[in-house]
Amino acid sequence: MMFKKIAIVAGLGLALSVTAEAQTPRKGGTIRMTAPYGSSFTSMDIHTTQRAQDEIFAKGLHRSLYIWDSAEGKPVPELAKEAIVSGGGLVYTFKLRDDAYFHHGRKMTADDVIWSYNRIMDGAKAYPGARFVRMIEGASEVEKGKAKEISGLKKIDDFTLEMKLTEKVDPGFYFFTALTSIYPADEGAKDSFIQKPIGLGPFKFVEHVPGSRVVLERFDKFYKPGKPYADKMIVSIMGEAAARDVAFRNKEIDTSVLGPAQYVAYQADPALKGTIVEVAEVFTRYMGINPSFKPFSDKRVRQAINHAIDADLIISKLVKNKAYRATSWLPLTSPAYDKTMKPYAFDPAKAKQLLADAGYPTGFEFEWTASQNESWGLPIVEAIIPMLDRVGIKVKVKQVETAVLAEVARKGEFQAFIYSQATGPDPQAALKCFHSATPQSACNYTAFKNADFDKLLDEAGQTDDAAKRVQLLQKANALLYDEAPVWFFNYNKAVMAVQPWLKGIQLNATELTHQNVEDLWVDETSPAK
Amino acid sequence: MLSFAIRRILQTVPTVLAVVLVIFVLFSVVPGSIISSMNDDGRGPTDPQVVERMKKQLGLDDPVYIRFSSYVAKLATGDFGTSFRTREPVTTMLAKRMWPTLQLIFASMTFAIVIGVPLGFIAALRPGSFVDTLSMVLAVSGLSMAKFWLGLLLMYLFALKLGWLPSFGYGDGGLKYLVLPAVTLGVSPMALLARTTRAAVLEIMTADFVRTARSKGMSETRVVKWHVMRNALVLILTTIGLQFGALMGQAVVVEKLFSWPGIGSLLVDSVLQRDLPAVQGSILVVVLFFLTINTMIDLLYAVIDPRIRYA
Repeated sequence: MMFKKIAIVAGLGLALSVTAEAQTPRKGGTIRMTAPYGSSFTSMDIHTTQRAQDEIFAKGLHRSLYIWDSAEGKPVPELAKEAIVSGGGLVYTFKLRDDAYFHHGRKMTADDVIWSYNRIMDGAKAYPGARFVRMIEGASEVEKGKAKEISGLKKIDDFTLEMKLTEKVDPGFYFFTALTSIYPADEGAKDSFIQKPIGLGPFKFVEHVPGSRVVLERFDKFYKPGKPYADKMIVSIMGEAAARDVAFRNKEIDTSVLGPAQYVAYQADPALKGTIVEVAEVFTRYMGINPSFKPFSDKRVRQAINHAIDADLIISKLVKNKAYRATSWLPLTSPAYDKTMKPYAFDPAKAKQLLADAGYPTGFEFEWTASQNESWGLPIVEAIIPMLDRVGIKVKVKQVETAVLAEVARKGEFQAFIYSQATGPDPQAALKCFHSATPQSACNYTAFKNADFDKLLDEAGQTDDAAKRVQLLQKANALLYDEAPVWFFNYNKAVMAVQPWLKGIQLNATELTHQNVEDLWVDETSPAK
Repeated sequence: MLSFAIRRILQTVPTVLAVVLVIFVLFSVVPGSIISSMNDDGRGPTDPQVVERMKKQLGLDDPVYIRFSSYVAKLATGDFGTSFRTREPVTTMLAKRMWPTLQLIFASMTFAIVIGVPLGFIAALRPGSFVDTLSMVLAVSGLSMAKFWLGLLLMYLFALKLGWLPSFGYGDGGLKYLVLPAVTLGVSPMALLARTTRAAVLEIMTADFVRTARSKGMSETRVVKWHVMRNALVLILTTIGLQFGALMGQAVVVEKLFSWPGIGSLLVDSVLQRDLPAVQGSILVVVLFFLTINTMIDLLYAVIDPRIRYA
């Protein structure tokens, strides 16, 4: 598997997890994770939030129909024991677990799955998970208020559920995140649920100190025998990298996410080097280009930009090698990544030639919207300005907050913008962002429109042959490379420091901080009791 | 005294109304919204259908004046609205965050008063001495140091090197978790109090009534206790009041640094995620706290110096 190869190449901390697997897991102790992405947890109602920060604790508290298997690099059934496909790939019959209990003691049934998905489709509440559940037949009608229940969901018996899809997709990619967690139908509707959430996860809720931490404790009736190993799990909010560094060195936390500067410092410190765990995450950093700005409507200009920027230099000097050079849209860990592809070569002379051919021998000027992000924001743009200047392209920078950038992209209010976007785990969904049927306000930010690309993607969506689908997606990805609707910058290398006593860390390419916590355990050297 | 108190309290009403208006208008025109912030980590594509439904649900498409009138109407009944982010009532969110912030502010101010006022007094009683120079060096340093940097230094020294205190978090709300953030927040007002006290005492020490007291044969202890201290108190109280009120605003940085679950960190998170009801509620609490403390200080002046209430 591609993912495994990448993990072996990239995982300085792999030895740590390999060693972990060789040891007998110890029962007891406390896992102390950090939520490093700045803000407080959004809500204890995980259906309301799609932020990475919130899913860190939700991995302990909740479970969905599928779960991400980091070793296999794909979603696998979790609350379902098996999924039988029929109806030309559109009907899934799930045999649900009959041993999954909610934290208040009741057994999960098909009714809970149906109730949860109906809840997510409540149009008046606008839950972000609706974009996944909408894949089920009749879900849109519930969202629009035209139906009370999703017609495509049918309870066969307490532990058998039939799901009719609207498109031939792998439902695993749609139902593995916490956004589609299964809630208990009886408790989920109560107002008290948001204060004391109940789930199916390996840990149950103890307390939430807003702005500080979430504490969970072992759930003895969790359906995986002997798991979770730890007695307790604490997730502390620590947005400040420097404070997190002190806490990690002081052994107060078991995990810490590292930025570029800390990545270098930890690599240089013999005491900390062994704590580093890294993985190529499914995020692509890029400069999006607006084709309605005349120079960018010409493919040669877009290609010229890709040739004019020395991305390797920026990755090495500014991003401190905490990223992998991007070739095209799909990231290294994508199943449809084509390892034979080479990135655009840094070639200013060729860039000048392409510009001249396109009718811009003296270049042009454009406005580049950027946030202050250190890895894909203003510092990167500032480094690129002289490179583009060398081929005659002038840049005016427009700085906005990260929260504003998404809106700028969604509304198309830019000539160019620099961004980091999830490009996985489902390669088909990632490429769909360039399908002409995808609105700019969804994720086709560069308003890309190409009939050949659409055809490839449509064919990939129709075929039942997995190998052929990968081939088609690779072709679509190669077409994107040639069309260059964006400047392909890098794929994120997620880096986490993990204390030596915490074992079982999974190299999750969808988000490294999202761990299947029932597989984690702490040895007797952990200072936390 | 009662009429003075009522007059003083009524004076705060226009300030509160102006603040409500300014916050609302300001955050209605700044770019970005809760919807764009939902996708600021680029994890998932924005769902246009969900966006439209959220806009409708949250009333984001309504004109500013309609949203403002609705907000004011609710505010008049004590309803701060519902958070866009957590979908909880803002009053509930503020209530959860209030006690940690008050703990932090009171601890910081206690530290500032206990260290700063005596330091300023000692310095003033021995002007030009080593103690005076040292205390003023400390005061200037305390005022100049950025809280973020100072906090990190304290973490490094007392948590990592000495291992005496935890470097972050709220824990069980106990003293050991409170010390580092409180000292970080308290150093600046401590320094200001030391300087103010020193300046006030030095000025009063040369006043005619002090000279008269001394010429009457009053002991230095009695002069300081009855004349200098009492007269310096008005200025010191003013500084304490201003600093006390300002601390809630200054706590923003410290709370974020130490993962302290107070109003300050709520405010930062709410601003970054454009959670307007929570931003408005948090700022309003900070402003009300500032006004309350200052009103109380004004009333205290009137007790200390009766001339003020007739001014």
